[in-house]
Amino acid sequence: MSSLWEYANPKKFMQTSAWMLPGVSIAAGVCLIVGLVWGFFFTPDDFRQGSTVKIIYLHVPSALMAINAWLMMLVASLIWIVRRHHVSALAARAAAPVGLVMTLIALLTGAIWGQPMWGTYWAWDPRLTSFLILFLFYLGYIALWAAIDNPDTAADLTGVLCLVGSIFALLSRYAVNFWNQGLHQGASLSLDKEENISNVFFFPLLICILGFVLLFVALVLLRTRTEIRSRRLKALLARERLGA
Amino acid sequence: MIALLLRDLRLAIRSGGGFGLGLAFFLILTVLVPFGVGPESQVLGRIAPGILWVGALLACLLSLDRIFALDYEDGSLDLLATAPLPLEGMTAVKALAHWLTTGLPLTLVAPLLGVLLSLPAPGYQWLLITLAVGTPALSFIGAFGAALTVGLKRGGLLLSLLVLPLYVPTLIFGAETLRRGIEGQATTTPLLLLAGITLGAIAILPFAAAAAIRINIR
Amino acid sequence: MELKVSDLACARGGIPVLTGVSFGLASGQALLLRGPNGIGKTTLLRTLAGLQPALAGEISLDREAFAYAAHADGLKATLTVAENLWFWARIYGTRDIAPALAAFNLEDLSERQAHNLSAGQKRRLGLARLLVTGRRIWALDEPTVSLDAASVGLFAQAVKAHCASGGAALIATHIDLGFEAEVLDLTPFRATADSARAFDDGFSEAFL
Repeated sequence: MSSLWEYANPKKFMQTSAWMLPGVSIAAGVCLIVGLVWGFFFTPDDFRQGSTVKIIYLHVPSALMAINAWLMMLVASLIWIVRRHHVSALAARAAAPVGLVMTLIALLTGAIWGQPMWGTYWAWDPRLTSFLILFLFYLGYIALWAAIDNPDTAADLTGVLCLVGSIFALLSRYAVNFWNQGLHQGASLSLDKEENISNVFFFPLLICILGFVLLFVALVLLRTRTEIRSRRLKALLARERLGA
Repeated sequence: MIALLLRDLRLAIRSGGGFGLGLAFFLILTVLVPFGVGPESQVLGRIAPGILWVGALLACLLSLDRIFALDYEDGSLDLLATAPLPLEGMTAVKALAHWLTTGLPLTLVAPLLGVLLSLPAPGYQWLLITLAVGTPALSFIGAFGAALTVGLKRGGLLLSLLVLPLYVPTLIFGAETLRRGIEGQATTTPLLLLAGITLGAIAILPFAAAAAIRINIR
Repeated sequence: MELKVSDLACARGGIPVLTGVSFGLASGQALLLRGPNGIGKTTLLRTLAGLQPALAGEISLDREAFAYAAHADGLKATLTVAENLWFWARIYGTRDIAPALAAFNLEDLSERQAHNLSAGQKRRLGLARLLVTGRRIWALDEPTVSLDAASVGLFAQAVKAHCASGGAALIATHIDLGFEAEVLDLTPFRATADSARAFDDGFSEAFL
């Protein structure tokens, strides 16, 4: 019987990911190049924001992936805690630095965008603040992984941290909204809203988002493969110590 | 459980450091702030709620690593884990003991320090209320962080890194309630949310902390 | 049978150290665990105490009747001898610490803070803790470290009295305690590459 859980077997995962990785990487590269070139050079300037609006092609996708990476880590942690599939724990570990960088990109591009628009690089706006807090959560999660020697202990503890952290991240999001109603514009994308951004910007943005998703998948696959290889090395060394 | 609580309280009082250190830190921080921002009572009065809350939070953070680390080092944690006492109850009692020896004293001295920061008159009762409601959450969240890092050699700094983001909602609602109380605005919503966080932390986090301890000592 | 272990395998730091361990412990019996350093005596005792999961095998044991004395005594330096014992007595729901103090000759020290005790006196206090637990099955990890000959005698006496009253003791030790006890040498159960492979969780196995 073939099932999704088969991919939790490291060997199967290594085979499949080796086969997938080139395709996903190339697709990510193509989408990013097409989306960014289209967005940067072949869309008109916004009548109010001028050309600065074009940073949206980096800002929105990275912000989306910053949150989705955490969600992916949450799901992977749950799978590890419930079913104890090592690949899942390692994928969560692999995703964290990628999510951290995505958060950083979102914060930096936001700052660059904010300067001409709001006249300041940083404001304690709810969304900005939430992302800063998310950044701290990523830091703590990665630091905990790095601090513990035994890989299973580390996977367990970071899993617990991820679950509890998710609850508090949600709480923080709500608390921050309560604390300060900000100047950030509403969501750039939504399905039911009338005043969505116009189609001229929409399609290249969609391609950029797709590009970022593929880039994230490619990086996580690559990093998970590295983690699995390093675990394999550890297992081999342990076996050697037993005198095989 | 009561025996454990009494033991932890007795240890905190006898070993000196744990008990007084947080209070002393709170005092020093409050004394330093006017040197940094200037002596105008208007400015101080405006930032007093935030400073007092941040100060209490940091003072609380200072003694967190003692909750489990000392018991881990001398082997009591292993023995407690095999004792006829649910580990969840053990973590809850230890968090409670931490609150009684840090959060509660901090709450009681905070109004005195409020005087130093020219806290506006209506603020004193709200300072007491918000700290009394909010500091238990700080102890229980902190106990969870301490449980995560108990096996680590230099867990102190990592503990701060893990716990501080978790403190954000408590700090926001605590300081917001206090600010609104001073300005005479409605305080019910943030105060209820603060109480909700505290109750939620007391209800859930001892289980998470116990799970972390089990993982750490195996 | 108070304790029955069959085909137990246990690991330290994720690496199997003992496999195929089987033995029994009847009431009134004292069993000495022997074996060179690092063989896994502590790991075995911790597994029996439920502090770490077994890789395989079965442990039949009433945990409600089990008391574990680890290598570290778990004493609080700023509490007195009596307070340390009182605490564990309360935790285990017993009341009387006087017999435990008497058994290890600690009465004169009972008001002394634990950090003023010598290493051997601390060890005696740690062992007295077992008496106040009121549990039938004892598991002790190197109980005689830093004890002088007279104190080892006190300890042997306490174990004998315990077994005579229907208790049982599992003792990891290197020295001769001066009383009749069965010996279980763990050396034959040392994990080898072959025996360990069976308990691989399939993770490293997938590559090898």
